[in-house]
Amino acid sequence: MNAPDQGRFALDPARHGAGIALIVIVIFNLIVTPNFFQPQTLFVNISQMATIAIVAMGMTLVIATGGIDLSVGAVMALAGALAPLIFLSEFAQANPVPGLIAAIGLPILIAFCCGVFNGLLVSRLGVQPIVATLILFISGRGLAQVLTNGNLQTFSHPSFSYLGTGRVMGLPFQGWLVLIIAILLSWVVARSTFGRQLLAVGGNERAARLSGIPVHRVKIGAYAICAGLAGLAGLIVVAINSASDAARIGNLMELDAIAAAVVGGTLLQGGRAPILGAILGAIIIQLVKYTLLANGIADEVALIAKAAIIIAAVYLQQARKE
Amino acid sequence: MSVTTAFDLRRHLRGGGHSTGVWAALAALILFGLLRYENFGGAYNISSFLNYNAMFIVISVGMCFVILTGGIDLSVGSVAAFTSVVAAYLSPLGIQIALPGAVMAGLTMGALNAFFVVSMRIPPFIATLATMLGAKGGALVISGAQTISIDWGSNFTSLGMGKAFDLLPWTAVITAIVVVGLWILLEQTSLGRTVLAIGGGEDAAAMMGLNTRGAKAFVYTLSGGCAGLAGVFLASGFGAGQPLEGIGWELSAIASVVVGGTLLTGGLGSVGATVAGALLLGLVFNILNFENGRGVISLSAYWQMVIRGAFLLLVILLQSRLSRATQKELS
Repeated sequence: MNAPDQGRFALDPARHGAGIALIVIVIFNLIVTPNFFQPQTLFVNISQMATIAIVAMGMTLVIATGGIDLSVGAVMALAGALAPLIFLSEFAQANPVPGLIAAIGLPILIAFCCGVFNGLLVSRLGVQPIVATLILFISGRGLAQVLTNGNLQTFSHPSFSYLGTGRVMGLPFQGWLVLIIAILLSWVVARSTFGRQLLAVGGNERAARLSGIPVHRVKIGAYAICAGLAGLAGLIVVAINSASDAARIGNLMELDAIAAAVVGGTLLQGGRAPILGAILGAIIIQLVKYTLLANGIADEVALIAKAAIIIAAVYLQQARKE
Repeated sequence: MSVTTAFDLRRHLRGGGHSTGVWAALAALILFGLLRYENFGGAYNISSFLNYNAMFIVISVGMCFVILTGGIDLSVGSVAAFTSVVAAYLSPLGIQIALPGAVMAGLTMGALNAFFVVSMRIPPFIATLATMLGAKGGALVISGAQTISIDWGSNFTSLGMGKAFDLLPWTAVITAIVVVGLWILLEQTSLGRTVLAIGGGEDAAAMMGLNTRGAKAFVYTLSGGCAGLAGVFLASGFGAGQPLEGIGWELSAIASVVVGGTLLTGGLGSVGATVAGALLLGLVFNILNFENGRGVISLSAYWQMVIRGAFLLLVILLQSRLSRATQKELS
């Protein structure tokens, strides 16, 4: 691989730090955690990691424009609350196939629209991304709870549950989904016009605007893709659990996704979109969670550990820049 | 000197003109409530309204200082949850220990934010997001994920339940003192000027020889302290430390600050207008409750979150027009 390709495929110093961290965590687990080297452990971690990775890849695109999306967890909840409402409806019971397509397609479409809404606020109105996405961060989950009356929806729907529990060639279906999305987005970032414009906007917005790049449209696109992927992740979470609880789906996911993106080498200032780095970051975040859990450390302490990882990763980024 | 005067004049014109709108909206809403509902102006509603909203006013004012520097503090909700637990644990020792103790805990969290932002140069929203997680984790760890009942035998209960001179809740009195103190600090001291100058242009302020790092450290610590005080109010009002409370508080606080006409980019805004913003936001929910009570509409608790978001959206739409006008004027 030659030098100019490095930036595009995110083979940069930030990734080496993350790679070393990953190796350390794996070695630590092999020694300390009982039953770590088991296929079951691998499956559990892949299926948990997949949702973080999917959202983190979208977040990477948004951060590449110099923005941030705090609403991903709420959008997951909205999509995850909608899907059972659709496939449990009378229409879907009568027409299983169109019902299933609607149950997957409509929530993702609505999630996508949430992203367009975020993007419009950020680009056309010039609202700070944190504040713009804070609106859906709070009211998106509220809407999901209004839709379901705050009830837990449980269901048994094998074909929908395939999203979260299916296996392809022995590995969890959502793991393959991550792979496909990663290849697609890596291509988009490295080769497509949109990808180049995305990095240009994040690198220097003024220059991008002056050189005729449709800055608003690029930003709206990034937020829309991010939210659409969050919607997909919400469906996967619901499929894994065969249950949908609007209060819990995607709770604190924005933090996992931001952490994964940053650990994977995305610069918060924008201008870089290492898609594979985001997956690496997601794997690290998931493994840290798993390590703490498997060794009997409470969830609450895991929150503090996650906070420390975020701070450390961003600090290292800042230090390298100076 | 003339630069400062021009800057002040503009700020007062903008801020003044804009906050008039908030006060007018507030007055209109109060008038509407008084005419429509019988018990709206009653002692019970006023005192419970002030008691409940005291904590939101306090965190909003702290947030106002942070936003004036162009920063943001997303940790206020979990810091308040954390300090409510601290206050509940300290309550057997009495209010004289529990109040300062919990505020100290909040100040410590705020100082942590200040350290991240000023010394480690981590962007404010990431730094305070991490503190949000840390404080949430901390609150759950020390409370064992349970609500911690306060000591009902101590004088701590008088804070949330008792009234000063049989008239106003103590929480409202303390809030008023804090608000006045911070208003003077912002408008009349050099520290307050520095805070405003940072929002106007940090590099320029630093070049003028202002202690921008100190002022930034101050605002984050102050916001943590305000969240700490809000946590004390929370524990006293509900009779327990609430490790799971505080979700969405940062949104309310940001909304109040923005409603008050403070620009999110910093530099322009005031303490008084922020209080008006917080009161306005609280009043919207107070009136919705009355409507619920009359059976005209029926809104579940979940709608509150939706309305809160919609309210913030409305304000942002209004403000983006205003700030565009300001930008035009400045350029």
